[in-house]
Amino acid sequence: MTDRHTSAAPVPAHGERVLYVVFVALIVLLAVTVVVSWFPLGAWNLPVAIAIAGVKAALILLYFMDVRHSRPLIWLVAGAAFFWLAILIGLTLADYHTRMP
Amino acid sequence: MSDTPVTLPEHHYLNADYRLSSWLVTRDHKRIAILYLISITFFFVIGGIAATIVRLELMTAKADWVESETYNKLFTIHGITMIFFFLIPSIPTVLGNFLVPMMLGARDLAFPRLNLLSWYLFATAGILTMWAILAGGVDTGWTFYTPYSSTYSNSYVMATALGVFVSGFSSILTGLNFIVTTHLMRAPGLTWFRLPLFIWSMYAASLIMVLGTPVVALAILLVGLERMFGIGIFDPALGGDPLLFQHLFWFYSHPAVYIMVLPAFGVISELVACFSSRRPFGYAFIGFSSFAIAIIGFLVWGHHMFVSGQSVYAGMVFSMLSFLVAIPSSIKVFNWTATLYKASISYRTPMLYALGFIGLFTIGGLTGLFLATLAVDVHVHDTYFVVAHFHYIMVGGTVMAYLGGIHFWWPKMTGRMYPESWARFSAILIFVGFNLTFFPQFLLGYLGMPRRYHVYPEEFQVLNVMSSAGASILAVGYVFPVTYLIWSLRYGEPAPANPFGHTGLEWTTQSPPKTHNFDTVPIVEREAYDFLPEDTDRKIDEEQEVELV
Amino acid sequence: MSDAAVLPAHHFETHEQQRLAGEVGMWLFLVTEFMFFGGLFLAYFIYRNWYPVEFVEGGHTMDSVLGAINTGVLLTSSLTMALAVHAAEQSERRRTLWLLIATMVFGTIFLGVKAYEYHHKYEEGLMPFLAPEVWQPDRRGLATFLHLYFLMTGVHAFHMVIGIGALAILARWTTQGVTLGPRSLVVHNVGLYWHFVDLVWVFLFPFFYLVA
Repeated sequence: MTDRHTSAAPVPAHGERVLYVVFVALIVLLAVTVVVSWFPLGAWNLPVAIAIAGVKAALILLYFMDVRHSRPLIWLVAGAAFFWLAILIGLTLADYHTRMP
Repeated sequence: MSDTPVTLPEHHYLNADYRLSSWLVTRDHKRIAILYLISITFFFVIGGIAATIVRLELMTAKADWVESETYNKLFTIHGITMIFFFLIPSIPTVLGNFLVPMMLGARDLAFPRLNLLSWYLFATAGILTMWAILAGGVDTGWTFYTPYSSTYSNSYVMATALGVFVSGFSSILTGLNFIVTTHLMRAPGLTWFRLPLFIWSMYAASLIMVLGTPVVALAILLVGLERMFGIGIFDPALGGDPLLFQHLFWFYSHPAVYIMVLPAFGVISELVACFSSRRPFGYAFIGFSSFAIAIIGFLVWGHHMFVSGQSVYAGMVFSMLSFLVAIPSSIKVFNWTATLYKASISYRTPMLYALGFIGLFTIGGLTGLFLATLAVDVHVHDTYFVVAHFHYIMVGGTVMAYLGGIHFWWPKMTGRMYPESWARFSAILIFVGFNLTFFPQFLLGYLGMPRRYHVYPEEFQVLNVMSSAGASILAVGYVFPVTYLIWSLRYGEPAPANPFGHTGLEWTTQSPPKTHNFDTVPIVEREAYDFLPEDTDRKIDEEQEVELV
Repeated sequence: MSDAAVLPAHHFETHEQQRLAGEVGMWLFLVTEFMFFGGLFLAYFIYRNWYPVEFVEGGHTMDSVLGAINTGVLLTSSLTMALAVHAAEQSERRRTLWLLIATMVFGTIFLGVKAYEYHHKYEEGLMPFLAPEVWQPDRRGLATFLHLYFLMTGVHAFHMVIGIGALAILARWTTQGVTLGPRSLVVHNVGLYWHFVDLVWVFLFPFFYLVA
């Protein structure tokens, strides 16, 4: 079991139209981010900001960086990055949030 | 099997081009491995000199050889050179670079030029660090704890930090290369479960190199920026938290010890298999345990911070996870032992190193569990118990595996056999010297002697003298292999393709191999470690040459 | 094109293998960048939790409108970059060249705005590292916010500079026609890098400009 294909030149899996659509979506989400920040959400401000930024990040990853049409190995690599960053942030914050001064 | 004398092949990667320039711009992974071999041996000597002065000073309870500041610089230099410039590169860049493409049936790694760049980065980093040492040294300990390193130390922190930062890139490129090569350049028929266990270990270590190194790079960069600009990320006086540095530092530096030990595991699997003429017991478990160690190893870093001010609850979690990470390591030890059970064992030098490894690594690993126990760690943290623990793993483990591997693959790398009697003697000398050096340190630590101190209470002197005596034997022991291996380059017996009768694609090539390794891409149809019954008889009669096709 | 350009490199069996290796290699490099920036975000989360009030105060020193426009500029550069990769894969030389140049232009505009913002902060005395004696203990939280701001956007800007440099090299190579079709991997890889740097900014913008 090797990880080789037999095709020759690379063929983009989707046309350019998708890229324009994603761009518009990103700009819309940018506007949403700004508008939402005007509402007083208190402690929810950060999680909401992360969530919206997360959607934008997903769009960039899946479409601009073409992860949507990439082979499983690329998914594994991209997934590993998120998983390991989650470990770094999660376990470290576990220390900071359980300190009882 | 023939009686005709073995001669060196006419064309191989060493005599392909004799000019120095051909070595300095080489893209041949085997030549790059040799470049690394020379570089890391140099740094081993530097680290060894620092250790020698440390152990000389520790023979007496007072400060008579060096002052405090100098002593601090000595153990710092010892730690930095040994960890970043010897242990972390050692097996991956020497044996890994040489063997990974060959074991996979490939002509080179995926990115030969990045491989060369990796060595140049390493050499540059080394020069920077050497400059820092000669200019006056650094006294923060290899751990660079803040705010001492970021604000108060008056030593050459920046230059050393820069050296370590650059060496991290070298490590990342090596790991990246190994991962891509293993995924995409295996020979036809070479499925994952037909791979030598050395490859599984190297791959797992490479994962750590890629995922962990950037975080310590960040930690070091921040220390440098704080020193230069007073940014205040780590300084409590400026609103920062020194523990943040420790989290970022140990997030890498704990997995780093697995970078140092996983490749050693890979070597040991090969040696145990070869000199028992047996497929390792539980091949799949050994392979998967490498991944388990790589992953779980990222979850335990807080055990270096139990008494630092970290939350107790986080400490409990890290303690539990640290116990968990011992399991895959013990799976390996059990499986190697089962492989040896009732096998026909050949006690060649590499096997002596492997057997030593199994015993010493077990002691080192078990004492790690003592340290992982929160309540015990409160007493032994920052004592010689810790020092003994990690030296049992790093020296009793990794260095012995490295030496075993160097001896084992020396015929393949150089076309020469090492002198067996001298080699066996040296292995035993090293084993004795090592234990005499480091076992007393367990006792010292348990009795309360702190690490990084050169002045200590009188009652600790006897054990310290024993340790220093052992260190002198160990030092002599290391001189022997350096000497006879260099001697063998000229006067050693020419080696056949497969002097030890091992399986694996690298043994199907001539010794030393041609520059492009294989004339035709090998097609793999056999399982891993499928020793033939007659291999066992052949091993005992050491005169015979073997070819496994 | 000579024969040597048609064959894969000596250690690869096929072009596909070589291209795949290059792609996976680039992704692995991005993983390291991800972890590197990730550590900085960790620092951000910790200190935002420690100094919630001062971080809001810090957010008020930022010009959100300018930041939003700049974010739009960077997102546009990502679009032109993605289009450039597509054009390179389709062997459209002139289109690739113009899109690469457009990406460089947008990237430079972004950096120009950042330079203006930094200068503005300097004039308002909001660069604590330049005058540590002025920043009293009670202003530590705000100092931490500002330090993180300069640190994270500074490291980001450094990566942008490298990206623009890489784009310049790509533009030159494109005029020579060596980045097209089967040889477009290098454009694809620089694209991955550029999108990643954009992705980091997508988080930096709300974290520093929209704290209130």
